[in-house]
Amino acid sequence: MEKTPFFHALSIDEDACIGCSHCMKSCPTEAIRVREGKAVFLPDKCVDCGNCFKACPTHAIYVEQDDFDSIFNFPCRVAIVPAIFMGQFPNDISVSRIYGILKEIGFTHVIEAESSIPIYTAAKNKYAIEHPDIRPLISTFCPAIVRLIQVKFPSLVENLIPLKAPIDITAKYIRRKIKKEYELNDDQIGLFYITPCAAKIAAVKAPVGEEKSSVDGVINMDSLYNRVYKKIKEQGKKFKEQKLPISQLSADSVLTSLTNGERRLTNVQHSYAIDEIGNVTEFLEKLENDEIEDVDFLELRACDQSCPGGILTCDNRFIMCERVFERGRKIADRERKGEQTKDHEMEQERVYLSRDLHVDPIKPRSMLVLDEDISKALEKMKKISEIRAMLPQTDCGICGAPTCDALAHDIVCQHAELTDCVFIQRNLEARGNMDVDESLKIMEVIWGEEKMNNYVKKK
Amino acid sequence: MHFEYQVYEADFVNAGAASSAIKKTLKQLNINPSIIKRVVVALYEAEVNAIAHAYGGTIYADIEPDKITVKIVDTGPGIPDIDWAMQEGNSTASPEVRDMGFGAGMGLPNIKKNVDKLNVSSTVGVGTTVEMEVNFV
Repeated sequence: MEKTPFFHALSIDEDACIGCSHCMKSCPTEAIRVREGKAVFLPDKCVDCGNCFKACPTHAIYVEQDDFDSIFNFPCRVAIVPAIFMGQFPNDISVSRIYGILKEIGFTHVIEAESSIPIYTAAKNKYAIEHPDIRPLISTFCPAIVRLIQVKFPSLVENLIPLKAPIDITAKYIRRKIKKEYELNDDQIGLFYITPCAAKIAAVKAPVGEEKSSVDGVINMDSLYNRVYKKIKEQGKKFKEQKLPISQLSADSVLTSLTNGERRLTNVQHSYAIDEIGNVTEFLEKLENDEIEDVDFLELRACDQSCPGGILTCDNRFIMCERVFERGRKIADRERKGEQTKDHEMEQERVYLSRDLHVDPIKPRSMLVLDEDISKALEKMKKISEIRAMLPQTDCGICGAPTCDALAHDIVCQHAELTDCVFIQRNLEARGNMDVDESLKIMEVIWGEEKMNNYVKKK
Repeated sequence: MHFEYQVYEADFVNAGAASSAIKKTLKQLNINPSIIKRVVVALYEAEVNAIAHAYGGTIYADIEPDKITVKIVDTGPGIPDIDWAMQEGNSTASPEVRDMGFGAGMGLPNIKKNVDKLNVSSTVGVGTTVEMEVNFV
């Protein structure tokens, strides 16, 4: 099992956190607790899905990013932009115009992350043919899903397709291209990935099954959106743009980050495209039980509507999907008339890019394991079920854990006490085994002094 | 660690509940995923057998540090010829059950493939007891 800790892109701003526990309730892997009135992450359990980010009412959960100005540390500055970035802007703002603005605000080159989809797809389909014994194959496109499988579905880890992500292939391609064209060294070229979510940051900064990151920095999509939008406003309505001569991406590539986008490009017979982490979990439970027959490929995405549903995107995900889809439709029309899109240029480097597409096998990192020693684990499990029987099963969260089961688990692992449960406290008070000051003290440890005194202050 | 689950005749909706619960437990015990898979596949098969072919029954599971033992006791028509039923393709399923996609005659053989020890005893008109064991190492 993998031992090194996960790198996480999500952090909690303690000053902004009001300890409301909304994030704790929204977490699909029970990776958040409340202590001293603040949310705390359990790094081994977090898969960077971003549900907590969405649930937080005070924006106390944030996504760490590199300073925008750090791009200027490099003479050559490349923005690697996911195609859905363009989907955030109204239809009358063309892709060419956005490319132009990205260059105006400081980048010297712009390439869409999906430019490598033809090569990625070919490699994936080749892997499917070479490994007929592994079914279903599970896409590693969404890094939150890779982590979810590592922590929650260890038996399915071997079904993950161990290939580099399209962004890494694109990074490798553009770096080499620029190096050749301008005769530059590696350290003169800065590659910056524009990310729609926290999971992609974690994956880019600490890739699973790889030693080193392929990019030099990550910029959050929402902050870049603000910069680009500001320029659009400055340019005004009458702005005359320079049209890009051909489409940068093929229709297939444009559509890849939407739900079904990857599935439609597979060469296997039975496949499913499932988005939203809860839906994925439900499906994987069944798959693990062998309840699902005839499934060859799974496209799984943590966010509803796939990447347009990412936590750092700046428009309604359904509207974004429609815009991206519309762009794909237009390109498809032109492709039918014979247009060769720009991403085909990458084909010339196919041999070079295909050389080390494979990553090391992805290892499980189960968060469920109670103890490495099975006898001890059995002991703990017995204790958990005894404790569970004493708890109210209301999952109220007052103990600072998301569910009664999570509390039972925490108690046995010595991260919590049975008296953290408010039902137990009342019982003990009624029997004279605990006084009110004691139980208030416990609440204070969980929820912080301030919250406990709000009532007194108001009076 | 001892578990008991009830299954009910023709309750296909809940088929898999017992296997899911056992699976979760085994994951917490850090059992090798491929062994968990074998247990779950065999148990799910047995669960469906009791639901599809019998009038329901009880699943008893015992987890010890070195193995899991599962006993599925159903009340049902029983199996007249166990050796015959153990062969792939042979099934006692009714046409209705076959219409639902069950009863291909793969149940018992599939269980056998996945467990280390299997014992099937049956009395016609009373019921069937399937006992299986999977070693963890």
